[in-house]
Amino acid sequence: MPILELNQITMQFGGLTAVKDFDMEINPGEIVGLIGPNGAGKTTVFNMITGVYKPTRGAIIFRDKDITGLRPDLITKLGIARTFQNIRLFKGLSVMENVLIANHLHIKAGFMEAIAKLPRYRAEEKAMIAKSTALLERVGLKDNLNDPAGSLPYGLQRRLEIARALATSPKLMLLDEPAAGMNPKEAEDLTRFIKEIRDEFDLTIFLIEHHMDVVMNISQRIYVLDYGVAIAGGSPAEIQSNQRVIEAYLGVEEDVNH
Amino acid sequence: MTIDLFLQHLANGISLGSLYALIAIGYTMVYGILRLINFAHGDIFMMATYFAFFGVITFGLPWYISFPIVLLLTALLGMTVELVAYRPLRDAPKISILISAIGASFLLENLAIVLFGGVPKPFPTPEIFTDVIRVGSVSIQKLTFYIPAVAIICLTFLLYLVNKTKTGMAMRAVSKDHETARVMGVNVDRIILVTFGLGSFLAAVGGIMWGLKFPQIAPLMGVIPGLKCFIAAVIGGIGNIKGAVIGGFILGIGEILLIAFLPNLTGYRDAFAFILLIVILLYKPTGIMGEKLTEKV
Amino acid sequence: MRQRDRILTLIAFLLLIGFIYFAEGFLDIYIVRVLNVCAIYAILGMSMNLINGFTGLFSLGHAGFMAVGAYTTALLTMSPAVKEQIFYMTPLIKPLDAIMAPFPIALILGGILAAFVGYLIGAPALRLKGDYLAIATLGFAEIIRVIFTNTQSITNGALGLKGIPAVTNLWWSFGGMILTAVVLLSLINSSYGRAFKAIREDEIAAESMGIDLAKHKNLSFVTGAFFAGIGGGLLGNLLGTIDPKMFSFMFTFNILLIIVLGGMGSITGSIISAFIVTIAQEVLRFLDETMNLGFIVIKGKVGMRAVVFSALLMIVVLFYRHGLMGTTEFSWERFLNWKPPFYRFGKGTIKGCKNS
Repeated sequence: MPILELNQITMQFGGLTAVKDFDMEINPGEIVGLIGPNGAGKTTVFNMITGVYKPTRGAIIFRDKDITGLRPDLITKLGIARTFQNIRLFKGLSVMENVLIANHLHIKAGFMEAIAKLPRYRAEEKAMIAKSTALLERVGLKDNLNDPAGSLPYGLQRRLEIARALATSPKLMLLDEPAAGMNPKEAEDLTRFIKEIRDEFDLTIFLIEHHMDVVMNISQRIYVLDYGVAIAGGSPAEIQSNQRVIEAYLGVEEDVNH
Repeated sequence: MTIDLFLQHLANGISLGSLYALIAIGYTMVYGILRLINFAHGDIFMMATYFAFFGVITFGLPWYISFPIVLLLTALLGMTVELVAYRPLRDAPKISILISAIGASFLLENLAIVLFGGVPKPFPTPEIFTDVIRVGSVSIQKLTFYIPAVAIICLTFLLYLVNKTKTGMAMRAVSKDHETARVMGVNVDRIILVTFGLGSFLAAVGGIMWGLKFPQIAPLMGVIPGLKCFIAAVIGGIGNIKGAVIGGFILGIGEILLIAFLPNLTGYRDAFAFILLIVILLYKPTGIMGEKLTEKV
Repeated sequence: MRQRDRILTLIAFLLLIGFIYFAEGFLDIYIVRVLNVCAIYAILGMSMNLINGFTGLFSLGHAGFMAVGAYTTALLTMSPAVKEQIFYMTPLIKPLDAIMAPFPIALILGGILAAFVGYLIGAPALRLKGDYLAIATLGFAEIIRVIFTNTQSITNGALGLKGIPAVTNLWWSFGGMILTAVVLLSLINSSYGRAFKAIREDEIAAESMGIDLAKHKNLSFVTGAFFAGIGGGLLGNLLGTIDPKMFSFMFTFNILLIIVLGGMGSITGSIISAFIVTIAQEVLRFLDETMNLGFIVIKGKVGMRAVVFSALLMIVVLFYRHGLMGTTEFSWERFLNWKPPFYRFGKGTIKGCKNS
């Protein structure tokens, strides 16, 4: 039984078709990669899954529930968390606050209860702080709890973004180029880190990545998009030897990007 | 209501709409290029009427000499506002720029109160504009025809400038993307300055004709027309010159006809524009001619 | 440390009570009035800061909420005889002409009604962003004003209300101010307050963290409107007369000046700056008046004060964007280790709104 199923999803912006009839599924516990040249529509797929864009056509099924076109916050509440290609931390707020904010969706106490600091709210707040501290300790940010998120070095910002996504207690995690801008050593650490959190937090992971080392090493299966169309899907070995993928990346005769 | 009366209202609506259109263009141009509501625009319009007052009444210059001077002075004023209030904040958060814009607007209003006094002044009305002509059984001021004519001339000139000249091309480039325009060798700051100058020039044309039509001027006279013209620009699709003109006419004609047909609602005249604004914003936030913008994630 | 801070707070609180007692009994009536206005402006500033500074919603509709609060409180506290007297053009509709409520209840009802109006406005308007939201809220406030000018049988139209019982004293205004500060500080330090700040920092990220944008924006807007209504009610019953003209955009602008000067995103900053701005406005009154310095007579110009204030706002925004407090709050720790306030001069950016 797949945890996520995309059925023929299509996204059009005006006359431009960013993604066309994309089909895929992810099984629980898998790590699946999504690759493709720049502008292939990868982030658009993420944006459709997380509700930022409403697909023009097609259906998105998450844990047997049709979530097509739901609001992003509701989708997060159902158990899909994400990170962003261009890191979107709450830069002016502290590291701790960033993670606490991601816990807000678990709060049961109402607005008035929170202002009046009634017992139920106090208990929830206390639990939330303990949980966030533990999480930040786990990802290696325990020395930075009170630093503004924007002041962290780049690598730590990526980690914080993942920690923040984890705090929403997701079942499925979407990572948008988590290794972007990292050197091979850092990318290797990240690969290990992603596998670890998958096991510890019982996650399913779907990631976009340009670092071929990372994506080939980490993914069980890979989908390839080119100009919004899926041109291949399969194990890393299959993808590496697929003629169409090689063409898409190297270009036929012209346009060498990678 | 007789057909004559209706036509008279319509003519009034068209001339009011033309005035709104001229002022709305200034908002739409600045918004298109800076993504900024130039709150001071209505006050620049007000200043133009005072310049005209001083030219004709204080210095006794004939209208055909003082009005062109007024246009130039107002353009300079608009450019000064850009240099003092907006340029230093180019990279600042948007809210700072908006607050600066509001500050500039209030500064101009209060300066006008201090310098010119709070008491309304009469606007000079040369006879050539106020002569009455008769069409059938209706008598209409010549001005009622001059206003749309002048508006059309200005608009033609502006569209030519924006679409056919090099400066116009640079303006369109800057409105798409400052960085790219700069890389392409456009002097972005100069183009922004020119935009303010042009917008203010048109506000001055509007101001002079406004003064001729409603010959009483006061320091706060720019506030309500300013807001309404911004609304006109939004209705038409902000950033779009033709849209601003269409918005101006919709608002002008709508307002006059509202009062004509539903005189009970005269007290709500000023609310009409805001209600229209809110309805437009909620159902078609990009206005009639505006382009759809998608936020990049 | 916390023990020390608690004691210091308690001492400050007792000193304040002593001061109010003294002021009410012995200080000049004019000074008392200015102090009342300071505290009320602090309430208005804090409530607007919640919306603009903490949640990043650029709203310019504050005068409208104040008007709703002021009229409600005034109509509920005026005696039937006074109402009959001032509504001579069009009589006040039933049952408003006979109803009376004690001041605190009238105040809270004023706040609730303002919050309700905030909800009605917020539900559609908060779908807009940035300057579109600014102009729409400005529009709504103007619509409220136009409605108040035209519904003679409820508001007495342009004539306004006169003879409102002058119940507001320093106990009410300072009490209201402290209560507002306590509630708002508790709010912004709660999980909901953090959600507001997340929306201010990055709406898209906030939404993807499971924060319901519409709900939280509305919560912030309605809470802000509630306290604006309370502030308006206190003001009406301080001044004794109100009319629709009073609640124009100019009023919102004054409050905006306060929150920008105090720091967008600082509750205590708004309080400090409300006192500075209000007192400065009184001190600078000489600018509008003719002064005789003995050897020279300086002719004042009506409106000069407003020029100075507009220029001041621009100077703050142009050169000193953080305001007095930035996004930080007053703390005894900082107070005891106080450094000259200009050391942050020109650095960084306001946290009030996203740069998008």
